[in-house]
Amino acid sequence: MAIDIDVTKRLGERTIVARFTAGPGLTALFGPSGAGKTSILNMVAGLLKPDRGHIRIGDRTLFDGATDLLPETRRVGYVFQDGRLFPHRRVRANLTYGHDLADPANRWMSLDEAVQFLGIGHLLDRWPHSLSGGEAQRVAIGRALLAGPEILLMDEPLSSLDAARRGDIMAVIERIRDELELPILYVSHDRAEVDRLATSVVAIGE
Amino acid sequence: MLSAEEWGIVVLSLKVGGVAVLVTLPIAFALAWLLARYRFPGRVVLDALVHLPLVLPPVVTGWLLLIAFGPLGPVGRWLESWFGMTLMFRWTGAALAAATMALPLMVRAMRLSIENIDRRLEGAARTLGASRWHCFWTISLPLALPGVLAALVLGFARSIGEFGATITFVSNIPGETRTLPLAIYSALQVPGGEAMVTRLALLSVALSLGALVLSEWLVRRTHGARQRHGD
Repeated sequence: MAIDIDVTKRLGERTIVARFTAGPGLTALFGPSGAGKTSILNMVAGLLKPDRGHIRIGDRTLFDGATDLLPETRRVGYVFQDGRLFPHRRVRANLTYGHDLADPANRWMSLDEAVQFLGIGHLLDRWPHSLSGGEAQRVAIGRALLAGPEILLMDEPLSSLDAARRGDIMAVIERIRDELELPILYVSHDRAEVDRLATSVVAIGE
Repeated sequence: MLSAEEWGIVVLSLKVGGVAVLVTLPIAFALAWLLARYRFPGRVVLDALVHLPLVLPPVVTGWLLLIAFGPLGPVGRWLESWFGMTLMFRWTGAALAAATMALPLMVRAMRLSIENIDRRLEGAARTLGASRWHCFWTISLPLALPGVLAALVLGFARSIGEFGATITFVSNIPGETRTLPLAIYSALQVPGGEAMVTRLALLSVALSLGALVLSEWLVRRTHGARQRHGD
């Protein structure tokens, strides 16, 4: 499924311009901090409105001059840098939040499958504040997958983890890419991460 | 320990305070949300108006209520002709006076907790398929809940302590508008009323202290939670 992005957005003093297409696999948006990589993901997710351009996934238009789908109808999963688990819901309720809201026809993973895939069965009754960084990021990934997305956005999902946990989560990301075959837009400024994970690389802000 | 008359005063006070706070709650929440989340022309004026009862002498607030809600006032006349409802010299008027005085405190408590909501969590909820409304009910409101509860308690304590605006607006009528503070004031005017004053005053202290402790506990819970979850 091709992702076709051509957007311009002025944010204060800087102008973010992105024009690329991404195929299957993991497409890394690579560039220095402050280049607007996160803003591009936010525009794809519908959390930030481009000034002009278009965003398409396959034959679905998420944004163009005439269309601007609400975030909740885009079927774009988002794993944030800091997890952003809901602090007032246990892990299980975090995982099922998007799953329960999704059209059953759009779900492609059950809670059991996600728990198995991520190895988080022992965390289900815990509160988010009691999780380690790596555990929280696994739950955040599960929460996004369970909502039945067509693509996955990941915004530096390893940046708050220590070296050992990074390896674990990178292995999970590789399995999402290869086993689940979910297209991923991946933001990073770390060369090694990109070299290991990326199917293709888009340079941003150069 | 308490006489039937004194029990009547306590029950009336609780009724006035309870109704005042429950009716004010949705209005205060809407105002708090508006002031916390939106920038619009007249925001500063609205903010000042909401806070006015906090800084005005209560007797002036009562007098303004009298002008607006009295039988000849614009709102009072309208209530009378449309609903046959009059607030003057009635316990409902006492509740209105108490509600007016409690409003700024309730707005402040809730506004703080609304401003403390991590809005990025709302964005996360939207990407998971939540509409604006669903996000409000499942994310924003639960996260603001400790502030809402604190506002309820503070507003209630302020309501049952209301004196100046109440006595100005609805006078001091036994069984109708004579709440705890007004009863204490009345008992002070009567020779030999000291015992009653003491009992009612102790009761007031107990109610207010209870409310303060409860609200402090609720606020602490919010802050504790926020520290645990980081930024």
